[in-house]
Amino acid sequence: MAETLSSSPKIWQHRNRNQQLLSWLIWLLGTALFVVCWQKVSESTTWFFVWDAPRIAADIGSRMIPPRWSYINELWEPLWDTLNIATIGTMMAIVMAVPVAFLAARNTTPSTRFVRPIALLIIVSSRSINSLIWSLLLVSIIGPGVVAGIVAISLRSIGFIAKLLYEAIEEIDKNQVEAVTAAGGSRLQVLVYGIVPQILPAFAGISVFRWDINIRESTVLGLVGAGGIGLQLNASLNVLAWPQVTLILILILLAVIFSEWVSAKVRHAII
Amino acid sequence: MLEIKNLVKKYNTGDLAINGVDLKVEKGQVMALIGPSGAGKSTLIRCVNRLENPTSGEIWLNGENIVKMRSRKLRRARRNMGMIFQEYALVERLTVMENVLSGRLGYVGFWRSFLRKFPQSDVNAAFGLLNKVGLDAMVNKRADELSGGQRQRVGIARALIQNPDILLVDEPTASLDPKTSRQIMRLITELCEENQLAAIINIHDVALAQMYAERIVGLRDGKIVYDGSPDDLKPDVLTEIYGKEDWTAVRKRKPKKDQSEDDITASEEHLAEMQ
Repeated sequence: MAETLSSSPKIWQHRNRNQQLLSWLIWLLGTALFVVCWQKVSESTTWFFVWDAPRIAADIGSRMIPPRWSYINELWEPLWDTLNIATIGTMMAIVMAVPVAFLAARNTTPSTRFVRPIALLIIVSSRSINSLIWSLLLVSIIGPGVVAGIVAISLRSIGFIAKLLYEAIEEIDKNQVEAVTAAGGSRLQVLVYGIVPQILPAFAGISVFRWDINIRESTVLGLVGAGGIGLQLNASLNVLAWPQVTLILILILLAVIFSEWVSAKVRHAII
Repeated sequence: MLEIKNLVKKYNTGDLAINGVDLKVEKGQVMALIGPSGAGKSTLIRCVNRLENPTSGEIWLNGENIVKMRSRKLRRARRNMGMIFQEYALVERLTVMENVLSGRLGYVGFWRSFLRKFPQSDVNAAFGLLNKVGLDAMVNKRADELSGGQRQRVGIARALIQNPDILLVDEPTASLDPKTSRQIMRLITELCEENQLAAIINIHDVALAQMYAERIVGLRDGKIVYDGSPDDLKPDVLTEIYGKEDWTAVRKRKPKKDQSEDDITASEEHLAEMQ
């Protein structure tokens, strides 16, 4: 037996001949597509502007320095507005997203056939519209200002929080839920004792993560009139006040670093 | 006290897990349920407290048919059945005390349980039980900090604080080492005797079952094939339950050089058998 084995060794290949051919074909097609697209893009580009770009960039860069530090006194209030838009928007989103998540999770929804699709629809529609577009809509509905920004941020965040949370709910250990059920707990008690403790770390992580994202998003909402520091950014850009733009960008950077630091601390404390 | 009549459980996948089981458990009787994997042991006890809904049949506990019960009544019936799980099924992120008190959820209203304001009598009972299972010092530890044996002790305390009439025990020792397994089985049977509790204990380990249970029921393919005392559990009965196997065999040693002729021929015969 041993001899027959050694005379004709069994061959093992990661891919067989057909799979190998297919993989080559896919690479070939991909490369061809890339070349074609490159040509199309190239035809519709005014290359003069592109070649000119470094010079323009250097020109603007030189105008941006030094930042106009005295402008900062006009920025404290918009910055405070921006933080408020992000924070209040996130809190409102959490309040609305938690019930949606429980209705969307397969193991907690009252009905997979009717309620779950509605919850999923809420999640998808909230996620598919960018907060900038939400603000555009809301500025024309409730008028310009901080409120439009808060509502835009919260509408955008519902989907994000609800989606991640319902995935966490679906991944819980069902033994713990069964144990509470077997002891005679009601549906609400099962929720509070069997499910909530299991998803609490995920919930905290998701909320802080979204708050962190919202700080960044709320800095641009002012561009369309929804309040915050973006309003100043837009104004400065319009009058080509480059030293002010620099200062605003520095401030946004600091705000984002601050939010990252807070969310890292919170996540560390909870998990 | 517990009477199961012609119980059938067919899963949606078409698997017939329980195929017509009749079983009666008297007050204070500790019964071990043995059988191969997939025989329906877990399904049987999960049908009793309706974690699974039986396809047909009746389950009578204290004169009431559990199969017919709806939400509120079912919750009330579940209070009388304490369940102990193989993987302990403690709520990992709650403390030992909260886990034990969760056994009282069937008795306590939502807001009291939500705010952790359990009646003092429940708290006293929890302290008493934790003392009995030897976890005095662990009251405020989180469940995920405990060892396997300690977790199972919390599970036992949680089942007992329900003040049940019967314990449903699903493979209590399958995740534990041999010594801890014996301690846990001893604890369960002692507590049953002390409180006049009946128990159905699913267990893989036949020796442990014989050691601690007064009655043994063998399940195979969803049917009861043995019901009797631990002493009558002879090799032919085990074959009936589990299928053919050499039940008396002990470990055969490899022949050593200084072994006698007889031993060597015996092991050669054994080799021949294997081929």
